[in-house]
Amino acid sequence: MPVQYSGIIDEHHAVRNALGLFDISHMGEVFISGPEAGAWLNRLLTNNVDKLAVGQCHYTFMLNGQGGVIDDLIVYRLTATDYLLVVNASKIEEDFAWMQKHAQEGVNLDNRSDAYAGLAIQGPNATAFYHKFFGGVAIPERNGVATVERDGVSYFVARTGYTGEDGFELFFNADAAPATWQALLDEGAEFGIKPCGLGARDTLRLEMCYPLNGSDLSPERSPLEAGMGFFVDLQKEDFIGRDVLAAQKAEGVKVRLVPFRMTGKTPPPRSHYPVVAGGEVVAETASGSLSPSLGVGIGMVYLPAAVAKAGETVEIDIRGRRFPAVIEKKPLYRKA
Amino acid sequence: MNLPENLRYAESHEWVALDGNKGRVGITDHAQSELSDVVYVELPEVGSKVDAGQAIAVVESVKAASDIYAPVSGTVVEVNTALEGDPALINTDAFGEGWLFVLEVDNVDDVQNMKSAAEYQAQIEG
Repeated sequence: MPVQYSGIIDEHHAVRNALGLFDISHMGEVFISGPEAGAWLNRLLTNNVDKLAVGQCHYTFMLNGQGGVIDDLIVYRLTATDYLLVVNASKIEEDFAWMQKHAQEGVNLDNRSDAYAGLAIQGPNATAFYHKFFGGVAIPERNGVATVERDGVSYFVARTGYTGEDGFELFFNADAAPATWQALLDEGAEFGIKPCGLGARDTLRLEMCYPLNGSDLSPERSPLEAGMGFFVDLQKEDFIGRDVLAAQKAEGVKVRLVPFRMTGKTPPPRSHYPVVAGGEVVAETASGSLSPSLGVGIGMVYLPAAVAKAGETVEIDIRGRRFPAVIEKKPLYRKA
Repeated sequence: MNLPENLRYAESHEWVALDGNKGRVGITDHAQSELSDVVYVELPEVGSKVDAGQAIAVVESVKAASDIYAPVSGTVVEVNTALEGDPALINTDAFGEGWLFVLEVDNVDDVQNMKSAAEYQAQIEG
């Protein structure tokens, strides 16, 4: 996926106001199956797959033994004993090696990342467009997954995304990717569809405060520190990293990932800029960008718990000059 | 690609329009199209002495922050304050309203020795 097609701001607004098409074929697809698949996933991942009915999915984390994030991913339950894991492109090898390291009888691991393409269709016109594109087939509910056919191609279609807009994602045989891409653009024209790149993907997700692994998530930070406790089920008897997270929960986290918004007109914040609180550099930005929807700089930062509160003010050091910012609640962008 | 013949060009994608010993400086249409969506511009101080090749301004797009270099040595005598309110002028009119600053150049030969439109065109097509 290129950084941009028509321009990041133009693509961003297309997704917020009409429809955008993202090529997410770089992402990894790993199939887990077998009678023990669910129990095994529950030891590998933070969320509880027993909560998923067939045809549902959720967001979850794969942690190292120190409770740090190896990857964040979506688990789709395809049948009672078959699951699809969609993982970050840069982590496919590491994730799969970790899974193999913890492999067990009764669980089959199949990394099909090279054979699968992924396309995300996102924006307020997504549902109307879906019904046209798939000839009236019902669209899955939010966080649902189903199989749908068109022109002899079988697609996993999921009502998921990374933009905060309605939308769906298709995972399918990579051989059919060029034709599918073109058909989506052609038939989506009347819905205002535009091809979108990595740049818009980043501004859209940042406005929603969806973390990006490698920037906002790392092997040194836990999902609780990342403010993602909703996707961690500490009621589960055991999963990798559970002890560390249980202790963090009991004692309270020392740092927390929070969104911020620049006050007034400033250069756009970017990752790794120093963050100043009480006159001292206390952190560096994890993510940052101009928000095309809000017209101001926004970002996320791991701050000491005492200042990681909505309404607190900090300063962001941009090339030696300090600009004020205020800590906000998630998400930074809400539809009017 | 729009490349006025009367300008001189730097390898780092600045253009200079020489008038007497004053050189008006901006970035090329090619550079703005690579950056896209300019959202912030940091301009040099009027009166500052600058050396050729020195990073003296910053143009920020949504994508990245890019240094702008003094194409020749001289003194900054004027900056385009309109960019503070409307940085996208660089996108819409790179060779006109989107100019960045004016240098009183130390040696006008330095400007004459910069690339011609044809030479710069060859560079960006290479």
